[in-house]
Amino acid sequence: MDLSRRDLFKIGGKLLVLASAGATLEQIVGAEPAPDAYKMADHWWGMIIDIEECIGCGNCVRACSKENQVADGYFRTWVERYVIEEEGKQPQVESPKGAIEGFPPLLREDVKSFFVPKLCNHCADSPCVQVCPVGATFRSPDGVVLVDKTYCLGCRYCVQACPYGCRFLDPRTDTVDKCTLCYHRITQGLTTACCENCPTGARQLVDFKNPKDPVHEFLRKNKVQVLKPYMATEAKVFYKNLDGAVR
Amino acid sequence: MIPGVDGFMYPNETELQWSLLIVLYPYITGLVAGAFILASLERVFKVEAVRPTYRLALLTALAFLLVAPLPLQLHLGHPERSFEMYLTPHASSAMAMFGFVYLWYLTVVLLLEVWLEFRADIVYMAQTTTGFTRLIYRALTLGSQNVSPEARRIDEKVGYVITVIGIPSAFLLHSYVGFIFGSIKANPWWSTPLMPIVFLFSAMVSGIAAVLLLYVGSMKAKKLRIDMRCLDTIAKYLFYVFLVDFSLEMLDLIHRTYEADESFRSLDFMVHTRLWGSHVLLQICAGTLGPLAILASTQLWKFSEARRRVLYVTACCLTEVGIFAMRWNVVIGGQLFSKSFLGYTTYKVAFAAREGLLPAIGLMILPFVIFVVLIKLLPPWTAHESA
Repeated sequence: MDLSRRDLFKIGGKLLVLASAGATLEQIVGAEPAPDAYKMADHWWGMIIDIEECIGCGNCVRACSKENQVADGYFRTWVERYVIEEEGKQPQVESPKGAIEGFPPLLREDVKSFFVPKLCNHCADSPCVQVCPVGATFRSPDGVVLVDKTYCLGCRYCVQACPYGCRFLDPRTDTVDKCTLCYHRITQGLTTACCENCPTGARQLVDFKNPKDPVHEFLRKNKVQVLKPYMATEAKVFYKNLDGAVR
Repeated sequence: MIPGVDGFMYPNETELQWSLLIVLYPYITGLVAGAFILASLERVFKVEAVRPTYRLALLTALAFLLVAPLPLQLHLGHPERSFEMYLTPHASSAMAMFGFVYLWYLTVVLLLEVWLEFRADIVYMAQTTTGFTRLIYRALTLGSQNVSPEARRIDEKVGYVITVIGIPSAFLLHSYVGFIFGSIKANPWWSTPLMPIVFLFSAMVSGIAAVLLLYVGSMKAKKLRIDMRCLDTIAKYLFYVFLVDFSLEMLDLIHRTYEADESFRSLDFMVHTRLWGSHVLLQICAGTLGPLAILASTQLWKFSEARRRVLYVTACCLTEVGIFAMRWNVVIGGQLFSKSFLGYTTYKVAFAAREGLLPAIGLMILPFVIFVVLIKLLPPWTAHESA
């Protein structure tokens, strides 16, 4: 058979069209995801933290730092120790290196003292998302506030807008970094690194859209509070036993 | 204990995110807006006395506007992505709109008005010069060589319309910069609805003062006679606008002090310690009360022309110091305290770093270089002044 170059292109083109159509059909027909595939619309992530359970060991900070390769000197999560000598007086607060090495022992017993783990509140109405000039920081359909590092300008407007001090500029990438709620883990059915490594269960990842999640009973039975409620950010990290002095 | 930190800061808060370069940004855009508003006094409000500064004010605004985005570009972690603000702007972001406001102001208002104002001169130069200079002027004519009285009348009409559009645009440009800060509810030092209006009036103050200084400076350099009627009128407007600006700032201060919300103790501490020099001494005493007293004295008493010139120049120099200090206190001051209101950090300006003093000085010199190039290219002096 004598095939010209033109014929070859024609046949090749037809085969390409057929192959693409086939692939599309297969995609359409066989588009059913695996039963255990992660569906964003089925989740609404948050966290509950019991202040009385936190012992300030810093395991969460270390786990987060290791899991997410957080830049030295910056923190996606940290723990603060509040010491209140007298009600109404300004509290003494510290968080040495974000408590990555825990805290030195508190030698006084005549004061009120407690630990407060902090992380991004993954606000439903987050000011950081609102101000990003290019939409590089966004809230995913499952309620996690994330940063697209390939798109972030590094203007740091979001850092200014966050009332909780949860964001920073990663000096290695010159883009903004923050807690992702271990998105790479939770979408695989795992919990966050901080929750997994908390020895007392003070931090619990919760899914508000899952009717079987214990969070519903927890919220029914306990008095909870979010940080800086007057900011009206609809924060999704709920604290049990949060003292009024905490900022 | 972290060096430079008093009390407790959230661990990610100890270093400032917005540096000296971000101080320059509102300062420079303020000069642009103020200079343009002064120019519009003559064009729209027919204040004939300020006519000698009209063209100078336009070129001042243009020189500074061309530099305005540079500090932002230098500050960005990824300046190469900044064009994304035009391609995929995030509609809810105050900052995203900056690119559009800037482009609107640069192209629709300022470039067009400068071109219309200087068109006859450009055509004349294109016809009378030779060589490379001729090429530049021919390019600047944009192919329009018609300077007949009829064509000039059209220029005048279109120029008037553009100035009328330009006034709200200038208001928008700078009050918008104020909104970028004023809308951050997380920061009580910034979060006030007065911020855009305070920025606007302080912009007018700094822009008017800058044009007065450039007018006196350029007339001295060209050994031309300074029009005292013009200078007196500009000083009078500066005084009135400054009074409004000062009243607004004091209103903000009194309001904060009287309300004394949870952030007050923190802010009060800052004003009495870290910001004492830049806020109380430089901004309020030297940069506001000083020039206001000088300007008030020229309204109350009669001084000789030579003395009035010295007084005006002194008042305007102090004004520039005061407005720069105001920008510093807003941008830097707003980051020196923790959002926990439990601690304070410090800011040390690096020298030769990317966001250091050296590039900042360069960025402040650049508009003057552009200004000199512009007045070489488009001499703003009228035949009457040059004679």
